[in-house]
Amino acid sequence: MAAVISVRGVSKVYPSGLKALDNIELDINRGEIFALLGPNGAGKTTLISIICGIVNASSGSVLADGHDIVKDYRIARSRIGLVPQELSTDGFESVWATVTFSRGLFGKPSAPEYLEKILRQLSLWEKKDARIMSLSGGMKRRVMIAKALSHEPDILFLDEPTAGVDVELRRDMWEMVRGLRDNGVTIILTTHYIEEAEEMADRIGVIRRGRLLLVEGKEALMEKLGQKQLCLQLQQPLAALPDEFSSYPLTLSADGHELTYHYDSQSEHTGIAELFRRLQQHGIDYKDLHSTQRSLEEIFVRLVSDQRPTEGLGR
Amino acid sequence: MNLHAVRAIYLFEMNRMWRTLLQSIASPVISTSLYFVVFGSAIGSKMVAIDGISYGAFIIPGLVMLALLTESISNAAFGIFFPKYNGTIYELLSAPVALPEILLGYVGAAASKSILLGLTILLTARLFVDYHIAHPFWMLGFLVLTAVTFSLFGFIIGIWADGFEKLQIVPMLIVTPLAFLGGSFYSISMLPPLWQTITLANPVVYLISGFRWSFYDVADVNVGVSLAMTLGFLLLCLVVISWMFKRGYRLKQ
Ligand SMILES: Nc1ncnc2c1ncn2[C@@H]1O[C@H](COP(=O)(O)OP(=O)(O)OP(=O)(O)O)[C@@H](O)[C@H]1O
Ligand SMILES: [Mg+2]
Repeated sequence: MAAVISVRGVSKVYPSGLKALDNIELDINRGEIFALLGPNGAGKTTLISIICGIVNASSGSVLADGHDIVKDYRIARSRIGLVPQELSTDGFESVWATVTFSRGLFGKPSAPEYLEKILRQLSLWEKKDARIMSLSGGMKRRVMIAKALSHEPDILFLDEPTAGVDVELRRDMWEMVRGLRDNGVTIILTTHYIEEAEEMADRIGVIRRGRLLLVEGKEALMEKLGQKQLCLQLQQPLAALPDEFSSYPLTLSADGHELTYHYDSQSEHTGIAELFRRLQQHGIDYKDLHSTQRSLEEIFVRLVSDQRPTEGLGR
Repeated sequence: MNLHAVRAIYLFEMNRMWRTLLQSIASPVISTSLYFVVFGSAIGSKMVAIDGISYGAFIIPGLVMLALLTESISNAAFGIFFPKYNGTIYELLSAPVALPEILLGYVGAAASKSILLGLTILLTARLFVDYHIAHPFWMLGFLVLTAVTFSLFGFIIGIWADGFEKLQIVPMLIVTPLAFLGGSFYSISMLPPLWQTITLANPVVYLISGFRWSFYDVADVNVGVSLAMTLGFLLLCLVVISWMFKRGYRLKQ
């Protein structure tokens, strides 16, 4: 599949001397939803800002739809729509005036029907003549989305689109993003909410301290890293684990009622059958059991936290 | 050239003027009218004619220039400063536009507003004083040229300013004094010889002199020099702006 965005060796050092991005290599596939995940200050916004032309890269290059974002900026930029992280709007203007402005700015002839369609999709049509400053925060964010879509971009950047948006609206927004993807728009979003990446993304990139730690299909990522755990509700509480089990990846809950076994769902030999045999030998009975898969959240926390090792997860 | 963008910026900026009509047009018109009442009618009636022109009529070109200068600068400075201030500049920076489109849009709108304003003041002046325009074509030429030049200058200030204070400091501390001392209310020939020479370092003298020539055919300095000085300043502003944009000065990091 041809990359619609390809980032080659991009680094950014801010005038303050801070290295916000370190040699980023990234390909975004056409028509996918790509989630960029990372903690505060990881460099997500910086990367997006470089691709969109708001910040100059210190080194490296970016192609958007095959066009260099610096040399062929006119073509490259006309393909891209951006919803920035900050809520920045012209408070005194009406919703209609601001989306009309955006469309023109990106070089498109006026198309009132198209703008109407977008505003209706975003439930903003009733507010089209309202001054932006009279809108709620969630509405303002939708106005910014409408602005970004006003010139019919092929590539849409959403920098934390659901920050400060309530649960219901978040669902609507996910719905809308999927709808856009179905229409062939490539979407790159950043988020702090793992559930969002898990729910939405086809592929996920994890970034920390300006370095891209990994890029992986969501499913593959979850499987590759997805350890499972088996929880056993014990019939009788245990004071301590018998010594014989000390070499097993077993943990006993504080009250002694629950035993948790960690295993790799991918491996040939999970050791579960043997565990059950041993437990029986020791007369440890259980009344219930269930297994759970590691969530992306845990994977993410493991990746981005400094304390835990991340070996085996490199690219 | 992204003409849709030029149009979008221009209309967006003009729209702001219609919305703030009172501030954009009415207040300069009122303050200029006050000048006419005080200097033109009240004091002016006691003054001798300068170069054979009644004092009330003499100050008209200077007053128009005064308003033109300050309004061009503040319109353009505010136009580009405001997006920086409220953050909407991101859109301009990520749009497929280059300096020419941005300038045509913002400076074009700022200049249009002040040209409209200048003409409104001229009409207002008619209510107080009888005047004639010897060279209407040149009058319009100077009006447009000055509006464009000082809108460019205001654009520079708007990019340079990182707060409201800086936005106002240049117009207040430099432009207004220069405009007042530039011969709006007197002819340079009325000054002592030494001051006549010093005054020639004030660029506004050339604007007002040239503009007054287009009305009454009299000038403090040669009209060709006036034109050359104005064009020179316009060129200088363009050079500074393109340097600023090449460096991404205060817009991009
Ligand atoms: N204009 C700037 N000047 C100097 N440093 C900056 C600037 N913008 C960002 N930085 C720094 O660069 C680093 C990356 O910032 P960036 O905004 O890209 O992070 P982020 O991943 O988007 O974080 P968040 O999740 O909080 O939005 C941070 O350390 C930040 O302080
Ligand atoms: Mg960010």
